Amino acid sequence: MAALRLLLLLAAAMLLVVASRGDASGAAPRGRKLLVLVDDLAVRSSHSAFFGSLQARGLDLEFRLADDPKLSLHRYGQYLYDGLVLFAPSTPRFGGSVDQNAVLEFIDAGHDMILAADSSASDLIRGIATECGIEFDEDPEAMVIDHINYASTEVEGDHTLIAGDDLIQSDVILGSKKIEAPVLFRGIGHAVNPSNSLVLKVLSASPSAYSANPKTKLASPPSLTGSGISLVSIMQARNNARVLISGSLDLFSNRLLKSGVKKAGSKTRHEKSGNEQFVTETSKWVFHERGHLKAVNVAHHKVGETNEPSMYRINDDLEYSVEIYEWSGTSWKPYVADDVQIQFYMMSPYVLKNMSTDKKGLYSTSFKVPDVYGVFQFKVEYQRLGYTGVSLAKQIPVRPYRHNEYERFITSAYPYYAASFSTMGAFFIFSFAYLYHK
Amino acid sequence: MAETEADAAAAPAAAPGRLRNAFGGVLCAFTLILIGVLAFSIRLFSVIKYESVIHEFDPYFNYRVTQFLSKNGIYEFWNWFDDRTWYPLGRVIGGTVYPGLTLTAGSIWWLVNALNIPLSVETVCVFTAPIFSAFASWATYLLTKEAKGTGAGLMAAAILGMVPSYISRSVAGSYDNEAVAIFALVFTFYLYVKTLNTGSLFYATLNALSYFYMVCSWGGYTFIINLIPMHVLLCIVTGRYSSRIYIAYAPLVILGTLLAALVPVVGFNAVLTSEHFASFLVFIILHVVAFVSYIKGLLTPRLYKMAMTLVITVGMAVCFAVVAILVALVASSPTKGWSGRSLSLLDPTYASKYIPIIASVSEHQPPTWPSYFMDINVLAFLVPAGIISCFLPLSDASSFMVLYLVTAVYFSGVMVRLMLVLAPAACILSGIALSSAFDVLTRSMKFQLSKLFDDGSAISGSTEATSASTVNTNSSKGENKTEKSEAAPKEKSSKKNRRKEKEVTESVPAKSKKEKRLSVLPLEASVIGTLLLIILGGFYVVHCVWAAAEAYSAPSIVLTSRSREGLHVFDDFREAYAWLSHNTDVDDKVASWWDYGYQTTAMANRTVIVDNNTWNNTHIATVGTAMSSPEKAAWEIFDSLDVKYVLVVFGGLVGYPSDDINKFLWMVRIGGGEFPHIKEPDYLRDGQYRVDAQATPTMLNCLMYKLCYYRFVETDGKGFDRVRGYEIGKKHFKLTHFEEVFTTHHWMVRIYKLKPQKNRVRAKLRKLKSGSKSSSTPAAGRKNPWQ
Repeated sequence: MAALRLLLLLAAAMLLVVASRGDASGAAPRGRKLLVLVDDLAVRSSHSAFFGSLQARGLDLEFRLADDPKLSLHRYGQYLYDGLVLFAPSTPRFGGSVDQNAVLEFIDAGHDMILAADSSASDLIRGIATECGIEFDEDPEAMVIDHINYASTEVEGDHTLIAGDDLIQSDVILGSKKIEAPVLFRGIGHAVNPSNSLVLKVLSASPSAYSANPKTKLASPPSLTGSGISLVSIMQARNNARVLISGSLDLFSNRLLKSGVKKAGSKTRHEKSGNEQFVTETSKWVFHERGHLKAVNVAHHKVGETNEPSMYRINDDLEYSVEIYEWSGTSWKPYVADDVQIQFYMMSPYVLKNMSTDKKGLYSTSFKVPDVYGVFQFKVEYQRLGYTGVSLAKQIPVRPYRHNEYERFITSAYPYYAASFSTMGAFFIFSFAYLYHK
Repeated sequence: MAETEADAAAAPAAAPGRLRNAFGGVLCAFTLILIGVLAFSIRLFSVIKYESVIHEFDPYFNYRVTQFLSKNGIYEFWNWFDDRTWYPLGRVIGGTVYPGLTLTAGSIWWLVNALNIPLSVETVCVFTAPIFSAFASWATYLLTKEAKGTGAGLMAAAILGMVPSYISRSVAGSYDNEAVAIFALVFTFYLYVKTLNTGSLFYATLNALSYFYMVCSWGGYTFIINLIPMHVLLCIVTGRYSSRIYIAYAPLVILGTLLAALVPVVGFNAVLTSEHFASFLVFIILHVVAFVSYIKGLLTPRLYKMAMTLVITVGMAVCFAVVAILVALVASSPTKGWSGRSLSLLDPTYASKYIPIIASVSEHQPPTWPSYFMDINVLAFLVPAGIISCFLPLSDASSFMVLYLVTAVYFSGVMVRLMLVLAPAACILSGIALSSAFDVLTRSMKFQLSKLFDDGSAISGSTEATSASTVNTNSSKGENKTEKSEAAPKEKSSKKNRRKEKEVTESVPAKSKKEKRLSVLPLEASVIGTLLLIILGGFYVVHCVWAAAEAYSAPSIVLTSRSREGLHVFDDFREAYAWLSHNTDVDDKVASWWDYGYQTTAMANRTVIVDNNTWNNTHIATVGTAMSSPEKAAWEIFDSLDVKYVLVVFGGLVGYPSDDINKFLWMVRIGGGEFPHIKEPDYLRDGQYRVDAQATPTMLNCLMYKLCYYRFVETDGKGFDRVRGYEIGKKHFKLTHFEEVFTTHHWMVRIYKLKPQKNRVRAKLRKLKSGSKSSSTPAAGRKNPWQ
């Protein structure tokens, strides 16, 4: 009996420890279980370097054939995976319960995806990409051709192996270390709508590229040309789900990862292409190992007080603070920037102010409530390239003065006070004199 | 009719005067109690037929405020900043509400709870209006008694207790300002007339306090502060100036204005707006007249004439200066110093021309002729007789009644809502008319009967004379008084001073006997006349009971209809509000047309964008614009206001006529008034709002149409709208930015939720590929709506 009780106690203690540790470190923004769908299990070995880098970072991969009849993304209302690697460009339909909508719902539920297409891309893959805001060239035979910026190989080919070096300028997406060597790409190009703010071109084609069938002569001008062609794009959905779409599955392959590269017309030959660094860094971004912000501990109070009031009064002085952290892949690190702004908002911002940071993640500022009453909001809208959006809104009413908060006596009104009291006195004396003076 | 019986009962008891008076007084008190019970109980039909609920729209707000008051106390109420209405502007309730009703009900609630009677706030609120209608009929008794004696007073009180116009605003549950304001109005008039009759400063002070209560209760107090100056002016012009008028008026203006300025919602308006200027002007004139009459007493006629010319020149100069300043001040303000509602009183077409938000309220429309017969019934015929009776003789008090009636008739012709102000005036004058008619008829009956009796017993002429005088003294106190006042004009000094009157009374009987004889009617005629009047009164009572039971008891949140299958109850409003309060987050914002704002905050406890207070035209116009815009534009407007749910009222399925489609023209007009891209002609086909096949495309694509008729065709397969009486124009359509979340049992209230922004942005395909992609193709090729 006693032993049992002891055991229970121990268990409880252990639970407590676990719970407190979870609190201290903070949970990762994403789980680590990925589903890799492939056309052919050979991909597993031909792209093993990429998968190896994922596994080395602690991601748990589950390889399945795309048409596996037992394929399912969720069970009992719970998603089984935290991310999807879709290396099955030519699969006409998925097996099991998975279809295009299932994949899109997976993303809309806040999960991430890497999608690689190929010149053999099926309508299914194209459809998923379209839903993510990316249009592959409609010509099923087309590939991206670049007669100037191609990777020179031993045999003079059709210039479809592109040596791309037009990368997006973003440390958060591509890592702080610059990618020196060109990225090798062989596959189909796509276009993104410039007005679509959710999609970014990570690797763009050079101005001399065009998308056409390399085996036939051009009958008409190609629909996609120049730097309008995107080779690799990313999409961050409004719920911060991240999707990377590449027109080339080879980009991730061991062959291109390991090969050296010499750009046509260039003298320098890189021993190793930029692919490995490129796919590693972008996959870190996609699986939220970088650029994921969280805002916690929003606090506001009057200057000189610590309790959060349920309502402010006009012209109160208040302090607002919020802590913002970035996930580094292993832990939450303070996020440091000087452009985080607070809005005190009622239909339009009445106060718009940069917050100062203590470099430990705490952003704070103080300001005076405007002389307008109404239902205001503390708004922090922080949207930066590559980072997840921070969007905080907290409603707070601002009331006018209470009846006893106005000045009791106004200095400039003293003549009036004097006038009224002297009139009263005079009237009293007059009445007295009138009534009793005979 | 009770008091005629009282009179009849009093007549046989031909006891000595004092005992008879005491007996009459007791009877009168009992009659008044009965009138009070009648006034209270005739208003309970709504509770019996439906249930004990708050009615309509504004009462819900008052109820909510009373709840707040009873929970948080008066200081919190005074400083209440309500963040759940007019999001995101909020509303300072304490400073924008007439607190009289709330404080009254709050005090009653506090009192009964202090007496350990555990009534809920709602119960108190429901029964406040009937209680105060009893008070109002007593106040009417007092007022009419001051003018024309007890008989007329009792008559008027009984008539007012059941006048349909007043019932319509004071049935149990109709918890609105007018409920207490009519009592305050009549009581203020009573105290004014009382002061006028007695010249007592005590009553003048009470009058100012009563005026203060009226200011607390209702915006209609401006009627008092304009009517009383008008009457004072009338008295001055007709040469009836006396110190009693001064005492009745001057303290009222000074104390009343000071007290009125204490009410937060009035504040400096009491001295700044044009509605109050008349009282100050008359105040000045009154002083000039008082000064003149004082001087007149001091000086010799010659000196007086000189002084007169001097005063007049100086006075004219000052007047011109004041008028010039006033004109300059008034002209510099954008609305010329008048609020829209007052302007629409003076120029009935003003509102419909310039302020759609005022014109849109049905109770601000001019009444139709039938509504007079509905609301005051036979009183409309009796009132002219009452006016004639007031002129026989014309005293200060009776001239006030006539003036009150005339102005009230004018105002009721402008706004149907002000029929309520007319009702007491009509009741008083009808009471006077009926009372004097009964007076004449019963007196001649008695006289004829006694003559018959005398002839039979053959008693000498001297006894006849005594019996005639007995008849005179036999008649009730009220009759006595009418005789007095009838005799009074011949005395030339027709001041209604009590003491003087008493002297007059003693001198009357001998003189008036002859005249009385002349005005005696034949017995048959008077019997028939009495019977006819009683039948007329009977019709009135029958009509009043019918109006109270059938026409004015519906609480409007619960509707009923009778059909062959039996009684149908439509409780859709409460169903919808209950859904909102149970299924939405407590801080969610609900947008609807402003009519439903008060109910949503009170019943569903959700934040609303606009409500029945209508203080901010732009905000209402924003909602009107959203309702008359296409879906996407409406979504953007609502999203910018943080709206989560949109509520529309739709009557097309069950034939409920006051739904949002019928109110839609006001949304377009009010919206278009602020946002010119909404153009009314876009919604009109041949000058009419239509939603059938001939409707304009703008109409068929606006949000209101879509939210009302979404899935409507599924009900009967044709989409037949029972209110408009035709099939709707566009039957099958989908909503892209809104989703239906709740529709009540009879489809009377439909609630939609704003869809969130799309998580992803779809790329547009330049060409649609054939045969591929089974799902979500309809959206292809369309421009992304959020960019």
